[in-house]
Amino acid sequence: MTEKIFSKKAWLETLHGLTKEYKIFVPVRDGDFSVFQPLEKDTEPDFDYQNTRLSPKGLIYPQSERMFEYSLDEKDPESNILKEAPKDYSPQAIVGIRPCDAHAFQLVKRNFDTPEYPDPWWVRRFESTTMVGLGCNEPCSTCFCTAMGGGPFDETGLDALLYDLGETYLARSFTDKGETFLSKAKGGKTADEKALKRAAALSSKAAKGMPEPKELDPIREKAINDLFDAPFWEDVAFACLNCGTCTFLCPTCWCFDIQDEVQGKQGDRIRNWDSCMFPLFTLHGSGHNPRDKKFQRVRQRFMHKLKYFVDKYDAGFHCTGCGRCVQFCPVNIDIREVLSLMANCG
Amino acid sequence: MENPYLPYPVRIDDIVTETEDRNLKTFKFVFLNAEDEKKFAYTPGQFAELSIPGKGEIPIGIASSPTEKGFVAFTVNKVGLVSSHLHNMKKGDVMGIRGPLGNWYPWEEMKGKNVVIIGGGFAFTTLRSSIVYMIEPGNRSKFKDIRVVYGARNPGMLLYGQELAAWEQRDDIEIHITVDGTNDPDWKYNVGFVPTITEQKITSADNAIAIVCGPPIMIKFTQPVLEKLGFPPDRIILSLEMRMKCGIGICGRCNIGDKFVCKDGPVFSLAQLRALPSEY
Repeated sequence: MTEKIFSKKAWLETLHGLTKEYKIFVPVRDGDFSVFQPLEKDTEPDFDYQNTRLSPKGLIYPQSERMFEYSLDEKDPESNILKEAPKDYSPQAIVGIRPCDAHAFQLVKRNFDTPEYPDPWWVRRFESTTMVGLGCNEPCSTCFCTAMGGGPFDETGLDALLYDLGETYLARSFTDKGETFLSKAKGGKTADEKALKRAAALSSKAAKGMPEPKELDPIREKAINDLFDAPFWEDVAFACLNCGTCTFLCPTCWCFDIQDEVQGKQGDRIRNWDSCMFPLFTLHGSGHNPRDKKFQRVRQRFMHKLKYFVDKYDAGFHCTGCGRCVQFCPVNIDIREVLSLMANCG
Repeated sequence: MENPYLPYPVRIDDIVTETEDRNLKTFKFVFLNAEDEKKFAYTPGQFAELSIPGKGEIPIGIASSPTEKGFVAFTVNKVGLVSSHLHNMKKGDVMGIRGPLGNWYPWEEMKGKNVVIIGGGFAFTTLRSSIVYMIEPGNRSKFKDIRVVYGARNPGMLLYGQELAAWEQRDDIEIHITVDGTNDPDWKYNVGFVPTITEQKITSADNAIAIVCGPPIMIKFTQPVLEKLGFPPDRIILSLEMRMKCGIGICGRCNIGDKFVCKDGPVFSLAQLRALPSEY
């Protein structure tokens, strides 16, 4: 474990120096919101941000990605044969990622990195990514990471973590990737006892007043069908517009669609984020749709996050408490309330 | 590990129009690279993604049997974008196949048992694969009596007509062909819905496993018949359909509860399905 102190100004210079070895993503202010963008010469990172509106999941799992390319030209001897489309796996670092979003990659990993069919693109890009977190001195009112097994300074899923001590950052590494990153980071000095104490104090202060961890048992012990047939789903879904904002912003939502796009004689097979909020998601060729009603789609989203995932992987809820769906839902559907309904039903 | 999204390139070797409405065709594919055929080692009940560059992919049950070498075959109903395009393709055209995918009928459990196969309409494809597999001389002795009930709307809608006639002549398999109705005065088989004919022709559930594939309405009315005969829910085997994309349990759309139809299925026992939400 390395612990180094950087002045905030030196940290920025250090990051710029590291761009020779990593593609570095940092939070940047864009209008009313923050977003992760590549660190370039004139980029102004905003490490005083609360969280980005869009989670950084797209840095490992792009919203739209070319899987394969092919020629449809009959004169081409290779026509109609799919070839891997070129992809960039050069080392990248997400600097300033919040602990909840790093935690999310660990949950999503269970879906993409399976023993039978490891997803070649997700896994390789995940492996080439270093996550340098930024602890949350002041969590938002919609944050509930502590309820989901995380915390404002939780290290799960991170390679290194920054503590904002006012004039300086304390940078602490926990993995080989984090160690390598900090060893390449020029400048900084070894952290002294005083800085370590301040970091510990920040961490315990931030967690104060945040919700207690949610127990899994009240939900795990219920039969799938008892929750599925619970009487509250129509009520929960009543105001839902099926807009898909929650699935789009959620760091743990992973569903995708596969589509072919053709221009002239050249084609691409592309995968795009998809959403269980849309009726087309499950529409059969025959016209039959097992989730043709709005409440069925809403139920699917919550049952997946809070019951199916819990049963399938025994790794907690499929939610990290980042609060984006709570903050940005246009009709104020609140996953924390749904969790209580599910835990208390029957 | 090879990329599970990358299809094997194949050439269309033969196309047979199966039904009088011309909406069902059987496509025989030959692998462009001979070694891909070995990699595509499958078991009856599995499916694959038929992959047409520029159009997309569709999950289709494998209709050929692993005992048939040198090709794989799929019977495809013309429904949407990909299947309509496929119906207009011709012999020699190149496309892709990705698989084999999903689980299969419980062949280990079926050893030493009587097998009852009940099929309706164009869902007969993986059942055809299973029948060909079971009556192969090297395999037939593994199973006791094999009884099949297969129905379609009318005689012109039955799949695999010549094979059905040939199976009819054999004494190591009992075939009951039926149609919902016909005005053919020479029709020599049964007339009646599949559940009715099942009730008449299948008389015992002793030491037997039933595999049922067909439209939802057929499955709905066949279940009580089988249960009345004494089939417990864990010996009634069903194969499900669902909208799919990846076929390998990752893209997230074909779940029923915490199971994926593409990876944990498509074959489920009625007992398994009863423990899951009825969302299919």
